Amino acid sequence: MSEILLQIDGKEVKAREGMTILEAAQSAEISIPTLCYHEKLEPYGGCRLCTVEVEIRGWTKLVAACLYPVEENLIVRTRTEKVDRIRKMILELLLAHAPDAFVLQDLAQEYGADRDRFEKEASFCIHCGLCVRYCAEVKKKYAVGFVDRGTRKEISFIPEIASKECWDCKECFPLCPTSALQAAFVLTKALFSPPLSSEPESGKQELS
Amino acid sequence: MDNDRIDQIIDKHQGEASSLIQVLLEIQSENHWLPKKVLERVGEKLQVPLTRILHIATFYKAFSLVPRGRHEVHICVGTACHVRGATRILDTVQDLTGIKPGETDLDMKFSLETVNCLGCCALGPVMEIDGKTHGKMAPAETADVLKNYE
Amino acid sequence: MSQINSPAELEDFRKGILSKRDPNKPCITLCSGSACHATGSGEVAKSLEEELEKQGLSAEVDIRKTGCHGFCERGPIIVIYPDEICYFQIEPDDVPEIISETIKKKKIIERLLCTDPSINEKIIRESEIPFYKHQERLVFGSNGSIDPKSIDDYLSIGGYSALSKALSGMNSGEVLQEIKKSNLRGRGGGGFPAGRKWEESRNAPDEIKYVIVNADEGDPGAYMDRSLLEGNPHSILEGLTIGAYAIGSHEGYIYVRQEYPLAVENVNLAIKKAEEYGFLGKNILGSGFDFIVKVHQGAGAFVCGESSALMTALEGRAGEPRPKYIHTAVKGLWDRPSVLNNVETWANVPLIINKGADWFTQFGTEGSKGTKIFSLVGKITNTGLVEVPMGMTLRDIIFKIGGGIPGGKRFKAVQTGGPSGGCIPEELLDLEVGFDELTKAGSMMGSGGMIVMDEDTCMVDVARYFIDFLTDESCGKCVPCREGLRQMLKILTNITVGKGTEGDIELLEELSETAKEAALCALGKSAPNPFLSTLRYFRDEYAAHIKEKRCPALSCKELIAYHIDPDKCKACMMCLRKCPAEAIDGGKKKIHVIDQEKCTKCGTCFEVCPSKFDAVTKISGEPVPSPIPEEKRIIIKKSKKNE
Repeated sequence: MSEILLQIDGKEVKAREGMTILEAAQSAEISIPTLCYHEKLEPYGGCRLCTVEVEIRGWTKLVAACLYPVEENLIVRTRTEKVDRIRKMILELLLAHAPDAFVLQDLAQEYGADRDRFEKEASFCIHCGLCVRYCAEVKKKYAVGFVDRGTRKEISFIPEIASKECWDCKECFPLCPTSALQAAFVLTKALFSPPLSSEPESGKQELS
Repeated sequence: MDNDRIDQIIDKHQGEASSLIQVLLEIQSENHWLPKKVLERVGEKLQVPLTRILHIATFYKAFSLVPRGRHEVHICVGTACHVRGATRILDTVQDLTGIKPGETDLDMKFSLETVNCLGCCALGPVMEIDGKTHGKMAPAETADVLKNYE
Repeated sequence: MSQINSPAELEDFRKGILSKRDPNKPCITLCSGSACHATGSGEVAKSLEEELEKQGLSAEVDIRKTGCHGFCERGPIIVIYPDEICYFQIEPDDVPEIISETIKKKKIIERLLCTDPSINEKIIRESEIPFYKHQERLVFGSNGSIDPKSIDDYLSIGGYSALSKALSGMNSGEVLQEIKKSNLRGRGGGGFPAGRKWEESRNAPDEIKYVIVNADEGDPGAYMDRSLLEGNPHSILEGLTIGAYAIGSHEGYIYVRQEYPLAVENVNLAIKKAEEYGFLGKNILGSGFDFIVKVHQGAGAFVCGESSALMTALEGRAGEPRPKYIHTAVKGLWDRPSVLNNVETWANVPLIINKGADWFTQFGTEGSKGTKIFSLVGKITNTGLVEVPMGMTLRDIIFKIGGGIPGGKRFKAVQTGGPSGGCIPEELLDLEVGFDELTKAGSMMGSGGMIVMDEDTCMVDVARYFIDFLTDESCGKCVPCREGLRQMLKILTNITVGKGTEGDIELLEELSETAKEAALCALGKSAPNPFLSTLRYFRDEYAAHIKEKRCPALSCKELIAYHIDPDKCKACMMCLRKCPAEAIDGGKKKIHVIDQEKCTKCGTCFEVCPSKFDAVTKISGEPVPSPIPEEKRIIIKKSKKNE
């Protein structure tokens, strides 16, 4: 694969063909904030927090760094007034769902996001999709998925699969930036009585 | 709907996973809703995870995971009908039937849905019941139209 | 029916069809598109067949059930050939008279004709009717003369000659060049040059390529694609096959929304017939070129009109758009090069190949060549589908062809481009219609929906309506669209119910910027357009709603009250009887009063009050006058005492 030279924040970066801006930046230790990105998963492009400004052949535009493929002579700016404004807005929109999530709070401080800008929403889930994608792409169990669309979109466990697989796994739990995932699992468990048959006898009444 | 019929429909589409939506459309059209057992069967035969099928069944408006009423009432809320007062028709129908779009009444008589443009803009506002188009609706007329349906 | 295996065989076959058709034989064409069907054209058709049978004329007179003629306001429509006599709003009861007077005695039935309002004369011939006269019906015109279920009809008007010419007389590169030369731009919304898209796919190094017809037509108020697909499905198949030849594709898909059952039926039938005749399948017309087409139905998702979401849906998944940093022309359906174009775009292709790019470029403007079919709907006298050359002014379309605003109301705005577009106000009515002109004005061409609005339309509500629509249709994957629209809807709804506050507009503008710049797909990126364009031209309405809690158009339910003027009310009981909420108090000689607590603001009283009294008014931004005292409400017969 051929080598590609691009510029990120004024710094010359060497990348390989097929890399995304995010991967190239990471290799050069330039940080770009992300929420829905995970190195073990296909890039998703849902949170848009990694939005950066690029300039190529005289055209300037905003793109998602986790998806945009590197090009020769690409100029990337990871922080501009507009980019920062957009990241601030994205955070404020998400803080309406999960104001106490640590990940969001840290980023909120950096971008001056106001956690009370919008009225609080009922659901914690910020739809980063990490749980769904991890279960599909890495574990290949498909125990949790998305249902519906738009503002009605939610994550949902399939009780029959979850009851068999999730107790011994729970690898998606630490991926969740908010507590939505655990909440969904607990809810699913609670909705299905009699108790799920494969629940272990010993210990763990509570999910850690 | 029995498994044989489901298998028939799937085979008609050469059992291809990409035909998933077409298969579900046919089942929905015949059965008027998609029971979970049916979705599981489809998933088994097409080798597709249930999460994907549930996402599709909830993402697309054509599908219903709950039984629908005997009569499907569609109110067009496309822009042309909107500008001609479709909202008032919708409000009146909601009051008369007691249900909101996406719901079915307890007697299983009416299912109410909004649709975005039936392409009969010259007749706006339009209300379609069981495929029959009622055009140039006025709120006062809706009661009379609905009365005709058992 | 044996297959047609060469261009020469095709011409022979065509001659054979024409030789059996007598152009002087009386033929009654009846518009049988979905909309006319809804006004009863099916019953008229039956009536015609029965009456002709009864009068023993079935062999002497043809009936042809055609696709949509376009003048939807006046349907059902029939046109009687060879004299082109055009009758409107036909009912089954009219049929016996039509047969005995017009068919047998060649006499015109005046009451069924169209009147030209400008000269107040009755017009007989279809082509002289102002609605049709000012159009340039290059693509849509054939709808009125063919039965979409008959491939022979299509052949009789020259169908498949373009395909024949392309496969035998041109190589695939030449076909591509001709389309490039024509400057044909996508008719679905993006306006992207079709030739460039085709070239990108043609040059992509992959054996397997796809061509796709986008017949999802989700824009509410737009139904031209449906009428084309219902009325002339072969024109799209022909265009698609030519396109496939140009880029080297052997498999095509037609994605039709399932809300169009007649279009699905007619296109499936057309494919079957085309296969029978050899226009689809292996070795088409002996050229060695293979091509097949499959039909996929949509399942009720506006977002699937977006090209990458459509391809995801074709793959059997939930229609979530994909990033298009690499064009779908290079990596599309199943990651293969895919050319997706709109129905109308494909329908233009046979014309361009047959008559040449030079012919095509004489229509339209520098940046927008050819014609465009618009669906002219809303507050307009002549609702229907109109095809005009690019460059015609909005004023001409709306007033010359559309007949202006009904009910003596004032024009306020015309909305184009569907939920991705914007509203164009009166001061810009002389804008010449074209892709770039509409975009500069803050709207866009879109698929061609043209929704006319008058003084009674509230522009803030229009913005709220579109954001509501998009919130329902958003796929929900990305934050700027899902969450941004969620908040925009809340704010706009609050404004329309009188809960708007200082700072709302600024917040809406910020949310708009986030969506425009950072959303994943075109739905999200263009979602703020209706709000931004109404803000640009109708800022005063927003101010009135927020600061004065007043709706200038007297439309927003929470901000208006219906009031019966006691000076004008003659206690006729019309409104009292019709009120669905039983909110009107009064009697035969007792002036009516609306109980504001019970009133649901349905507007029935406003509509039924006889115009000679005109007693019901709408009030906004000020308190409702208290009811006059009981004694004063009794209407006493006029005597000198009460003068």
